[in-house]
Parts: sequence; structure tokens; C-alpha cells
Amino acid sequence: MNFDFSDDQKQLRDQARKFLSEKCPPKAVRVVLDGKAPYDKELWKGLAEMGFLGVAIPEEFGGAGAGHLELCVIAEEMGRANAPVPFSSTVYLAAEALLIAGSDAQKKKWLPAIAAGEAIGTLALFEGKGNPSPKNVKLTAANGVLNGVKKPVADGAIADFAVVAARTGSSGRESDISLFLVDLKAGGVEVKSLTNLDPTRGQAELTFKDAKAEPLGAAGEGWSILTQVLDRAAVLCAFEQVGGADRALEMGRDYALDRIAFGRQIGSFQAVKHMLADMYVSATLARSNSYYGAWALSTNAAELPEAAAAARISATQAFQHCAKNNIQVHGGMGFTWEFDCHMYYRRANAMALGLGSLSYWEDQLIDRMRKKNAA
Amino acid sequence: MNFDDTPQEAEFRTTARAWINANAPKQYEEELRKSSLGRTVLKNADILQVAKAWQKKKADAGWACLHWPKEYGGRGASPIERVIWSQEEGPFGQLSRMFIIGHGMCGPTMMAFAREEHKRTYLPPLASGEKVWCQLFSEPAGGSDVAGLRTRAEKDGDEWVVNGQKIWTSGAHYSDYGILLTRTDPTVPKHKGLTMFFLDMKSPGVEVRPIKQASGASDFNEVYFTNVRIPDHQRLGEVGDGWNVSLTTLMNERSAIGAAVSTGFPELFEYCSSLMLDDGPAIDDRAVRSKLANWAVKASGLKYTSMRAISALSKGERPGPENSIGKLVAGSMIQDVATYALDLQGASGVVSGEDGELAGRFQAMLLRAPGTRVEGGTDEIMRNIIAERVLGLPGDIRVDKDVPFNKIPTKGRG
Repeated sequence: MNFDFSDDQKQLRDQARKFLSEKCPPKAVRVVLDGKAPYDKELWKGLAEMGFLGVAIPEEFGGAGAGHLELCVIAEEMGRANAPVPFSSTVYLAAEALLIAGSDAQKKKWLPAIAAGEAIGTLALFEGKGNPSPKNVKLTAANGVLNGVKKPVADGAIADFAVVAARTGSSGRESDISLFLVDLKAGGVEVKSLTNLDPTRGQAELTFKDAKAEPLGAAGEGWSILTQVLDRAAVLCAFEQVGGADRALEMGRDYALDRIAFGRQIGSFQAVKHMLADMYVSATLARSNSYYGAWALSTNAAELPEAAAAARISATQAFQHCAKNNIQVHGGMGFTWEFDCHMYYRRANAMALGLGSLSYWEDQLIDRMRKKNAA
Repeated sequence: MNFDDTPQEAEFRTTARAWINANAPKQYEEELRKSSLGRTVLKNADILQVAKAWQKKKADAGWACLHWPKEYGGRGASPIERVIWSQEEGPFGQLSRMFIIGHGMCGPTMMAFAREEHKRTYLPPLASGEKVWCQLFSEPAGGSDVAGLRTRAEKDGDEWVVNGQKIWTSGAHYSDYGILLTRTDPTVPKHKGLTMFFLDMKSPGVEVRPIKQASGASDFNEVYFTNVRIPDHQRLGEVGDGWNVSLTTLMNERSAIGAAVSTGFPELFEYCSSLMLDDGPAIDDRAVRSKLANWAVKASGLKYTSMRAISALSKGERPGPENSIGKLVAGSMIQDVATYALDLQGASGVVSGEDGELAGRFQAMLLRAPGTRVEGGTDEIMRNIIAERVLGLPGDIRVDKDVPFNKIPTKGRG
């Protein structure tokens, strides 16, 4: 048994960590946090040059042709660095949707551009409150154009194209939903930025008014494709969350070692030690669940739906837990804008919602476990 | 990343599986499979006799104490082979429960500190289950603070005379031998005045009394020592070095990687899948599903954490510290799971034993659970270990560190 990343993959992780610690220190994240730029363009370019954007994209479409395990280790480092770039929207959602359902022409058009850092993509699924569900998709597609409103759309204000879920039927079944590709620069789409919990990752409202669209995948297959895309993204996001959780834990641990109160290191008080030990427990459970998700993703195993949901829940909980208690360990200073703790708190809570909230994934996990048991 | 055996591992697994299939006491398989919650009971057989027979059979064929050297009754197998064996042994591994302390803690301590002739005499029958060993560390005045123990050993010629009391000794009532941590010098700070011995539990002056636990069952004992005489050649390590010797014992306690920890989750999931609530099946209820999902990811997280440790063993590496979370997570989880299962039963959840739902399975789990959060290191001690050894946080400030043991206060109030 080798339930671990290979030496090459670990080396890639080290390489990504080194690159990001140089190119994406907290002060670079703050440029976006303070609203001075919509995302870190230099970093995005650098990620393309390193081959990280296309690591899981086949060579024939301009990628490195490695695989999802390689993408997992990079994702972990993106989360650790709190990178202010549209990585998850473009790489986990848009690129994966193209890889699953795109025609050859669609792949040729967008995937090399993604790998080169020349195109930002996203998924436009949500329409206001609610979790992923066919019945929440109201935006319509007819005669090659889309009409309706999507919000929130992650990185929607900076994206070049979007994968859009649209209603093409009214039977009340999943087959009412189809996916479309929309070039957001081609007109017909109004973009409005939305303030959000985590300003280092933008959210937008996209209004489609007779926007030109081409089908992505077969008509009526939209929901099935979307489910696969969300499962893959759940595993990849889980690695970002694991990276973020580890970083938040380290920050708390370091502060507990440095800070003196009542004449001793605060890390010598059991109340603080035990809080940090519990953070370690959450982070470890999340990492192990995510490894299982990575295995299922990389082998396209039948276990992927269940593994993805478990990784999603575990990693979401761990990042939220570590980020909030990191602030608690820091005390008053943790609640200042100046300290970096809140950046992880913001990211943790934004990520907890992005692919559908915890309650949605809890529900999914139990459904999938029952299906497995019934089979 | 894969879950596959290497060719050597696969070969070992095939051999182990074939031998187990041909030799295991299959008539008890179903009962053993169900007794996963800290107690193994057979309805129509003496569990001790069945366990000893299985252990002897294994030893005769070279399948006992796999990781021990052959000359001491083991197989000289690698750590990963030991894990594979325990996976293949499955429910029959429940029969090893009464040997865990002897094989996991006493044996390795003897191997590290006993004289060669003692090792050759005592270790093979320990491996084969013909002799059962216990560990005599905890005392009424020294639980989490083991080094606070008060049982005295005083030198008298070539012998030591022991007086005092131990508590929470698993299996003392059926044990033949024990390793015993004593205080030999109360005038020096507590960690420095300890000495370790092994002794015959049938020695005059040893009295074993079962403890009736809060759950009503009796798995542990108090052991009283009244002028018990132990020859000096049964001393393990130097006089005054007992603390270091005991660390060897305790480190081995934590090395049982791959051992399945009970969380109660599979039982709860199965229960909720068939249980009907007022509004329909429990498993369709939103609140129930949320609870189940949260426990599901803890159970799977523990499982895959263990897989990561096994992978390290398979590569010949030392597993990382992540395995230290197992008992901490599982202990409180099983308590929460049991509480919730009873909540789902409503008022009738109060009925336990044979009259209760599922023959009182979750009620028994609830009553046993407090013990799992205390034994082998309390939740709080486990958190200290993670904080100090994994995260590198400072140890507690110890006010008794430099104080002679006999000057340490013994009462909190009055």
C-alpha cells in the first residue's frame, strides 16, 4: 500500500511552496484585500510560467499532462498562501468542465489559453440563495442565447468565459438542465462586482441578456456533468482548505510560543494547548479524508462521489475551525486588520459556501453512502 | 497513490489468510464480530480458554507476536507484516485482547531490560499465551501523574520488600506475571526515585480485588502488596531508573498501528438505516443526516489516517505523529454516538440490557464510554501529548519537579 503522494509529487509541492512564499507573501495578498487590484496579475502570470495552471491539462491542449494528484499538491500550497488569484474557478471548475464535456474545438480554444494564463474561466451556477439543485436554475437558454441572472459567480468580474447552467426543459427532472459556454467579452453580459466576505477572491453578478452561448456537452446532460465537476472541485478545494488550515494552525502555534502573558509563554497554558491540539486533530482528519478524495479523483474510482463529499465536509470544518481559533489564540491582535489572521478566517468561511454549503454536502454524503450500501 | 500490496506483501497476505482460514475457531466468528465495544464475551464458552487455545495454535505455527525475534517466540516479521496479519485475523483478533498488555507492553520492556536467561524463560510462554502478564503502574495517588506513585520497595539482602497498592490493573485476576513500578527512594524528586521489577503474581502477599466499574462490569482490578518479596535479579533497569524504563513500556503502548478503534459509527449508521421515526425513516430526516455526516467524516478520517501510517511502515519509514489522534477522537465520539442513538429511541432509550432496543447495545456503549476517555491516557493527557510532542508547545510548569517526593503535598484541602 502506498497511500501517500510520490516523491516527485512531494517535490512539486515543495517547489510550489517555495514559489508562493516568494511571489505571494501576505503583503501581496493585501494589495487585493485592500481593493487596489482585482487579482494578482503578476502571480497569475508566474503560475502559468511554472506550469501550475495547466498541470492537469493534457499536453495536446497546452498543459503539462501530469494529473490530478499533481494538481492536489499545488492546490494545497495555493490555500496555504491564501493566493489572491482565480485559480479554483479557472482550474477546478472551468477547465474540469471542459475536460469532462468539451468538444475538441472547445478544448482547443480554451484549455491552452488557461494553461498560458491568458484566459480566466468560471462556473456560473447559483442564482441567489440556495444550494446546487436543478430547480434553482431559472436562467433560460433558447435559440443559442441565454437570459437570466447568475449570482454569486466567483471571479465573475475578471473572467473571460463562463460555464453556465441553464434551463432547457420544464419536466421537473435533472434533464431540464444543460450547460453552455459563454465568451463574457463578446457582449450580452452585464457584470457587477459584489462585496463579499473574502475580498481577495471576487464575486460578481452576471446578467445575461440574449448572450450568445454554445452548448457544452449534450443537451439535458448538464446536471450530470455539473455533479462530476463539483465532485472534482470538492476534492481540489479540500486541498486548498487543508493548506489553509495548516497555515492557520502554524500561525496560532507560533504566536503561542512567542507571546508572554502572566510571566510565561501562553502556549504553556493548557487552555491554549488543548485548543491547538484540537485544531491539529481537525486538520489531520481533513488531510486524511482529502488524500482519499485525491486517490478516488486520480483513479476515477466509483468511490469518488462519496470520497469527494467526505473530503469537502472534513476540510471545510477543519479550515473554519483552525481559522477561527487562530484568531482566538492571538487574542485582541487577532482581531486587527493589521494581523493576517482575518484573511484566513475570511477565506475559510467563503470557501465553506462556494460549492454549496456544508448542509448540502452533508446531505449528499449520506445519500451517496446509502447508494453504496444498497449496491 | 494506491491501496495495493507489494508482491511480497501480497504473498504474505495469501499465506496468512490461508492459515487463518484453515485454523481459526470459526464457530465464534459471528459473536466476535459483534463484540467490538471494549468487551469480548462468548455465551457458551470461557473466553479465556478459547483465547489461550487460539494463541497457542498461532504460536505453534509461528504466527504469535509477529514482530518479536524468533528466539523469544515471535516470527521476526516486519511492521507491515504485523499490520497485514491483524487485517487478516479480523474478528479473531478480538481474542488477543487479554494478551495486549503482555505482548504490547510487558514483553518489549522485558526484551529491553531483562537478563538474557529471563528473556529465554519468560518470553516464549508469554508469546504463546500460556502465561498472561499485566502491568502494575497506576495507583490511587498516581493516574495521569504516574510518577506520583507511592508503592514502596525496600532492599533487604538480595531481595526487595514491596508494600502498597495498585489500581486499574487490566487482567490481574488471570495474570501469571506482572511488571511493577515502585518507589525505592522517596527522598529524591519523584521521577528519580522509581525502580521497575517483574514478579510472579502468585507471590505471597499479592492480593487481587476486582473493581466494580461505573458501567457495572469488572474488567480491572486493585492489587494489594503486603511484604511481597522480589529477588533483585528480577529488577528491570537500574535502581532509580524506573521512570526511563516505564517510558519504554508506554511508548510501545502507542505503537499499535493499524489496530481498529471503535467509534460506534458503523453501528449507528446501520441503526439509522432501519429505524422508523414518527415522520418516516430516520435516515431521511435532515437533522439525523447532518449528525451522521459529521460522524462519518470523523470515522473515515481516522481510517485513512491509519492508512497513512501503514503506508509509512510499508515503505520502511517511521509513521508520523498523526496516529496520536485516534484514541482522542474515537473516545468522545463513541460517547456522543451512544447518547444520540438513545435520543432517537425517545423515552424507551432508558431501557437497557436484553429488554432494550438491539439488546441494549447503545445503552452498554453509553455506560462503557466514560472509561474509554480515561484509560490509557485521558483526553486531556492526549491533548497535552499532541500539543507538546507534535506541535512543540512548552510542557506544563511542574511545581513538584525539584521537590523531594516526601515533601510533595498529598492533600488538596485541609
